[in-house]
Formats: sequence, structure tokens, C-alpha cells
Amino acid sequence: MTDVATGTIRLEKLTKSYDGHGKPAVDSLTMDIPAGEIVVLVGPSGCGKTTTMKLINRLIEPTSGRIYLDGKDVTRENPDLLRRRIGYSIQQTGLFPHRTVADNIATVPRMLGWSKDRTAARVDELLNLVGLDPDTYRRRFPKQLSGGQQQRVGVARALGGDPEVMLMDEPFGAIDPLNREALQNEFLRIQAELKKTIVFVTHDIDEAVKMGDRIAIFSQNGRVEQYDTPEKILSEPANEFVSSFIGAGAAVRRLSLSRLADVEVPDNWPTVGADDSADRRRVAAAGTDRDFLLVLDADRRPVGWLPAAEAAEDGRTVPLLGALGPGDTLYEALDRMLTYSSTGHVVTDAEGRYRGVLELDSLRTLIHANNSAAGQSQEVS
Amino acid sequence: MAVIAEPRTDAAVPRVRPRSPLLAYGRHALMPLLVGAALLALYLYVSGHELDRIERRSLNTEYLTSRIFDHLGLTLLTTALILLVAIPAGILLTRPWARRWASPILVIANIGQALPSLGLIVLLAVSFETLGVNQIAIIAFLAYGILPVLRNTIAGLQQVDRSVIESARGMGMTRGAVLRRIELPLAVPVILAGVRTALVITVGTVALATFVGAGGLGDVINNGINSSRDLVLLSGSVMVAALALLVDWAAGIVEDLLKPRGLS
Ligand SMILES: Nc1ncnc2c1ncn2[C@@H]1O[C@H](COP(=O)(O)OP(=O)(O)OP(=O)(O)O)[C@@H](O)[C@H]1O
Ligand SMILES: [Mg+2]
Repeated sequence: MTDVATGTIRLEKLTKSYDGHGKPAVDSLTMDIPAGEIVVLVGPSGCGKTTTMKLINRLIEPTSGRIYLDGKDVTRENPDLLRRRIGYSIQQTGLFPHRTVADNIATVPRMLGWSKDRTAARVDELLNLVGLDPDTYRRRFPKQLSGGQQQRVGVARALGGDPEVMLMDEPFGAIDPLNREALQNEFLRIQAELKKTIVFVTHDIDEAVKMGDRIAIFSQNGRVEQYDTPEKILSEPANEFVSSFIGAGAAVRRLSLSRLADVEVPDNWPTVGADDSADRRRVAAAGTDRDFLLVLDADRRPVGWLPAAEAAEDGRTVPLLGALGPGDTLYEALDRMLTYSSTGHVVTDAEGRYRGVLELDSLRTLIHANNSAAGQSQEVS
Repeated sequence: MAVIAEPRTDAAVPRVRPRSPLLAYGRHALMPLLVGAALLALYLYVSGHELDRIERRSLNTEYLTSRIFDHLGLTLLTTALILLVAIPAGILLTRPWARRWASPILVIANIGQALPSLGLIVLLAVSFETLGVNQIAIIAFLAYGILPVLRNTIAGLQQVDRSVIESARGMGMTRGAVLRRIELPLAVPVILAGVRTALVITVGTVALATFVGAGGLGDVINNGINSSRDLVLLSGSVMVAALALLVDWAAGIVEDLLKPRGLS
């Protein structure tokens, strides 16, 4: 096992039994975790996700089996030194209440013997990374932060020593849905930059689908029922357990895997320029049976809807309701259409320029294509 | 960079009280004033009496000063020994491998606490004739002061959030480092409260040292009893009480100074 990318983890026949607790909490688990990916461990409560995660940094010592990091057997290595190379964050954050935010984040760098300057620079860098202004938050104590801010500091602290591997046990578990979604997005953005190997524990299948490059579905005793990409798991559940765990909404969930950037959006909607003369607007309105024309500014950014019947009059433009961007998914497109009960929804590109307009009909075509693509891969495999 | 929705406002977040020394320690100013007033009243009261020869033997500056310093010295020495025994014992009894011994040992210590102090001193004096009186006295006082410190050390260490310890271990801190940098600092407020109790108990028990001839303010009280001089007895008692209050006051200030920030 030489020549393995840094950050690769391999668990081999890993078993953990607690004395007098009958069946082992984790039973002969073998799993390869590729470098630079987010692997989500998901499953019902008590199935051994946390145990598996703690086996990796040996907070729990395995009863038997091996753990390889970068292809090297670390089952017998000094656990303290091993852990300094592995970031660790948990739902309760575990921040040190008697230390400032800066001191908390500096924990691992100091243990690694970094210089004062390097540590201080690292603290500021990480605070910026997790969206907290260093000058405001550096000297605060954990008690002086909101729950969401504490979670961010927890993540920053786990990143402290620039580890190649991160273990995260329900890191966004204790947060309200709004902030949780923000943190998830933020974290995905950070990960796109950092490309760490991340083992992420959750019991929420939606979070798993959103965060995971791969998902491992656990049943009792740390058994992995399926270990695959979110797409595969949603479209081809390996067995009864997996399909019942992902539940009835699989078809809808799959929508959240297709980003608008990757699909064809019809761009034949009638448009007019914001500076167009009344005559040109009238001509455009006459040439279509749509009730509204889309108004674009000089940069082709959508600015509003113009009722076709009053196209010649000035100042009749109605504002747009939240345009969809390339990062939005089919799920969000559907959700927004149902929420606003609008007939058409503008789709823009990364620069905010007009790309097309989605209607319920065209969206249904896309969803259908999406589902049959998934169905096809099912037949092929 | 990184601008995201953050509905919570800073105003909703508790702020740690700024440490203005005046504000923080102002509440400590009252106690010495009260004690001073009581001692002044005692002085005026005693001065108003014509003292006889026996009374004068106890109630003179030189005699009283030496007893007070004896008393303080014995108290501090005893407390130091208490800490030396009780804190390490408390730490040991909260380590994973010894945790199950914590409850039985606390039960035994509680029973010991219930024995009358004087009885214990006499018992020790009779059974260990080879020991000097000072040693006997100190051993007895130790036994009484140990419990609050031991109990609070154990309680203080046990109340430290498990997830804090676990995350410290998870980041690669050694067991020793977690104890020194995380567990003990977080247990300090609780441990100090126990130390403060032990100090006050010890000031009281040291007053009994007179019965084995170890000195202290107990001598003054004892003189008053033996010679039926109520004025002497009263003076001795008030001074022991005043000393206990002042020791408690000083310990309270130390407690405030040593409390880690960020906990309130
Ligand atoms: N210290 C322990 N002693 C005995 N049994 C334990 C211990 N820790 C965990 N277990 C058992 O091991 C099993 C797996 O626990 P684990 O904490 O890994 O579950 P989990 O998947 O993380 O669950 P959750 O989603 O509720 O966090 C459980 O049945 C639990 O009761
Ligand atoms: Mg868990």
C-alpha cells in the first residue's frame, strides 16, 4: 500500500465490542474513504456512526481490525500525535469555555509547535474562512457567541492545524434550519477550496444527499448497507433497508442533485430592452401570445416583467421575484414555482445575465428527463 | 468575505461583565468594615472595665498578638496540608480507572466529619502518645478540613462538560494536558469554594488546639473559662469569630482573582 494520495483512509475489518453489550457496536467494517471527498455516514440512531468516526482517530480503540491513513497502518501509532493530524468537530462544539475564540482555534497549531506569528495569522485566516470578522470575534469567549457562531468556531478550530482529514459528528446538528442551510452552503464552498478528506456523520438523509460526494448508509451494528454516490443511492437503493431509509421522497430528493447549470433551459421567451422605445415594445408584444414580456437591461440582466397588453405605456414593469441561478437545483426551481405560484421563472447565469425562463411545463420535461436518466443507469448496471 | 444570513443579533448574546476592579471588588469592602466595627466595640467595652491581675494576664497586646499569629499560622499550615492531600486525592478519584471509588470514599469521609472534633483530638492524643501535641492537633484538623476540599474537587472535576474533554482529547491533547489546561481551570471555582469552607472550619477547630497545648486563640477562651472571667472568655470568642470572618473574606477575594474568565 504505497503511493496512496494523502488523506486516504482505509478501514479494514474494524470491530468494536463493548464488554457485556452483546453484539458489537461496529462489526467487521471495511471501507475505503478516498482523498479529498466528503463521505457521509448516515443511519438511524444507535447504529454506530459516532463509534465508527471515533475509531478513525482512535478516541475509541478498536477491538480488532486495522486503520490506514495515507496507506500507512496507524492502528498502533501514538494516538495523540495521530489526532493532531486529524481535525475533529462535534455537535456540542466542545469549545473551551475559559479560552478565547483565538486561543480555541490555536489549540492544535500550538501543540504542533507553530510560531506565535504563524499561529496568529492562521487564527485570522480561519475566522475569515468561516465568515467571522477576526477583529470582532478573536477575543470573545464561547459564551459570548450565538449557537451558529460557536459551530463555526468549532469548524475553524478543527481546521486549525491544516489537517488532511476532518471528522465531523453532526457539526450542524444543533442549529435552526435557516442557519444550518447557510452553514452547509458555506462549508461546501470552503471544501471546494480546501479539498480535505471529510468524514461527516448525520442522521438526516437530506443533509447527507446535500453534503456527500459519497454516502454510507448504516444499519444496526455498524453494518454498511450501501456505500455509493448520492445519485446512485437515490436512484438504485441496494435493498429494502436503504429504500425505506431514504423514504418515499426519493424522486423529489433526486431533483436536488441536478443543478440548473447542467440542464437546458428554454430561452425563447419574448424580451425587450429596458431602453427600447414604445413602438418596439408594441411590436414585440404583438409578436407573441405571452401575457408578459421580460425586460432586460443593457447587460442583458433581467429587471422585470412588462404586461403585454400595456407594452406601449411607460412605467408598467412589475419587479422580478427571486431569479434562479446556476447553483440552484431543480428542487429549488420547483419549490419556488409552487411558492410563488408563478407561471414562469427567470433563470440567470453566474453573472446574473438572462439564460432562459422555466415554466411549470418545461420544468416537468426536465424532471422527466432527469428521472429517466436515473432509470436508465439503473437498467445498465 | 463569506456573508451569510445570521438572524441572531449581537444584542441577544450575553456579554461577560467588564472587569472594572471597583465594581468587581466593591462588594468585598463591607466585611472588613463590619469586623473592624465589632472589634472596636469590643475594645471600647473592655477598656471601660477595670481589669484585675488575672484578666490582664490574658488581655494584653503582646499575649493576644502572639495567640493570633499562632492561630493564623496553625490555620494556614493545616489548610496547606489539607490541599496537599485532598486535591490530589480528588483528582485521582475522578480518573476513569478510579471513578468507582469516589462514592464509597466520600461516604466514609462524611462519617468522619460527623465525629465531634474534641473527641477526635483526645482520641488521637491518647492513642498516639509518641506524637507531639502539635502533630496531633494538625492531624485532627486535617481530618475535618479534608472533606469539603475533597468533595468539591471531585464535584468540580465531574461538572466539566464531557464534550469539552472529548474534543480536547480528539484534537490530540494528552491526558495530562487536558487535566492541567482544561479540567482543573474549569473546576477552579468549585474547588476554591471548598477551600474557603475548609479555611473557615479550620479557624474554628484550631481554637480547640488549646486542649492539647498547641496554643492559638483557644488559650484565651480557655483562660476565661478556667478563671471564670467572662470578659476574657467573651474577648477570645469574638476574636475567633472575627478571624474566621476575615479569613473567609480574604479567601473570597482570592477566589474572585483566580476564577477563569469566560465562565459567567
Ligand atoms: N461506552 C459505551 N458502552 C457501551 N455501549 C456503547 C457505548 N457507546 C456506544 N455504545 C453503543 O454502541 C452503539 C452505537 O453507538 P453510536 O454512538 O455509535 O451510535 P450513533 O450511530 O452515533 O447514534 P446517534 O445517531 O444516536 O448519535 C449503540 O447501541 C450504543 O448503545
Ligand atoms: Mg452519534
